[in-house]
Amino acid sequence: MSDDSHQLRVSKIKNGTVIDHVRGGQALNVLAILGIDGSGDEAVSVGMNVPSDRMGRKDIVKVEGRELSQDEVDVLSLIAPDATINIVRAYDVIGKHRVERPTEVVGVLSCPNANCITTGDEPVASRFAVLGDGVRCAYCETLIREGFADHIDVE
Amino acid sequence: MQHDHVLTAKQFSRADIETVLDRAAAFDARREGVPPDGSEHDGSDAEAGVSDRHAETLLGLLFFEPSTRTRMSFETAIKRLGGDVVDMGSVESSSVKKGETLADTVRVIEGYADALVLRHPSQGAAKMASEYVDVPVINAGDGAGHHPTQTLLDLYTIREHAGLDDLTIGIMGDLKYGRTVHSLAQALTRFDATQHFVSPESLALPPDVRYDLDEAGTSVHSHTDLESVLPDLDVLYVTRIQRERFPDENEYRAIADAYGIDLETLERAKDELSIMHPLPRVDEIDPAIDDTDHAAYFDQAHSGIPVRMALLDLLL
Repeated sequence: MSDDSHQLRVSKIKNGTVIDHVRGGQALNVLAILGIDGSGDEAVSVGMNVPSDRMGRKDIVKVEGRELSQDEVDVLSLIAPDATINIVRAYDVIGKHRVERPTEVVGVLSCPNANCITTGDEPVASRFAVLGDGVRCAYCETLIREGFADHIDVE
Repeated sequence: MQHDHVLTAKQFSRADIETVLDRAAAFDARREGVPPDGSEHDGSDAEAGVSDRHAETLLGLLFFEPSTRTRMSFETAIKRLGGDVVDMGSVESSSVKKGETLADTVRVIEGYADALVLRHPSQGAAKMASEYVDVPVINAGDGAGHHPTQTLLDLYTIREHAGLDDLTIGIMGDLKYGRTVHSLAQALTRFDATQHFVSPESLALPPDVRYDLDEAGTSVHSHTDLESVLPDLDVLYVTRIQRERFPDENEYRAIADAYGIDLETLERAKDELSIMHPLPRVDEIDPAIDDTDHAAYFDQAHSGIPVRMALLDLLL
């Protein structure tokens, strides 16, 4: 089944962002990183584990009424490095981007080191430098090389 | 040396380190009555023109964990430079006990002091503190993270006893949680040093420190016992195995015994081997070694004064 045919399963959006080619099973983490938990105004459609010629299985997230910034989508690179971002206006795709690895991610991941200053009661957001093969806490320097989704901590 | 704060040993270039050590050596020489111009005096700070160098400078001491050497040597260093300290005192007697955050504490005390010396149980505490204040923050130990000023005095001692060029050093003990080890290993990448790490596997270097050593191009030689590498060493840096890291007393005892040294251990060492330890020691070094030429650990502790004087002098 092609990408085009499954797109029909999820209604088109008028204005907003389509995040396509998300690794299968990561859609909810994409929403978590974007801070979308259903409490806001956005209408959100999620397709999970849909067949994909390119990826075998993929997830797709459509967010109505919100155009994601490049900074926002770049954070997705940690869990969805193959994602494509389509900005939609009046049902037309007016911009198509690939995610790029940011130099750092702030307030997205929680540090796995229980003794890190960011895990206590201090008024400080987590901050990780993005390395070639992982991320590193800017405070305690702990490395995370895999399982980024396990460390997502978005309010 | 241009640094706003002293947070990790990694921030220092080789030139930075040599600048601090050279100035420390000058302070040392002056106290011994040998000023750089070759003239003679009585060795006092007043005579050496040091004692009013930082008059009216106040150093804020914030020690959230116990300390003897670091705390006292910072206090001594600033007083020898003509300044003084304001001390937060113990955590139990401070507002921290009431639940005040570190971010608030440092913002209050920056109004009292010209620089802050911070020891805290959380890794990254000094870095976070530096983001909240405009005065210099000096990391005096952040949990199992870093202890950069200890490293400077370690390097000073190494330079005095063995030299920093073509150095072969063994670092033994708790390499996982030992912050002095982490900072020293990172700083030694600035020099032509071969580093051997000796520890039980459970206390080996943490991945983030290994990452830094790899990035610096240092080859890491890891060993689980000292025997094979001891004859090659110019310096053996011993650290305390912390009892609290082991749930089982027997396991602690076995490891502590295996990574302690005595006169018999040293039979296979070079005559020139210098033994260092950040202190306090418990059972790691037999007191019988104290009277040998190998023992450098008390010199090392004393180096804390000129080195911290030099650092403060350059920073303030």
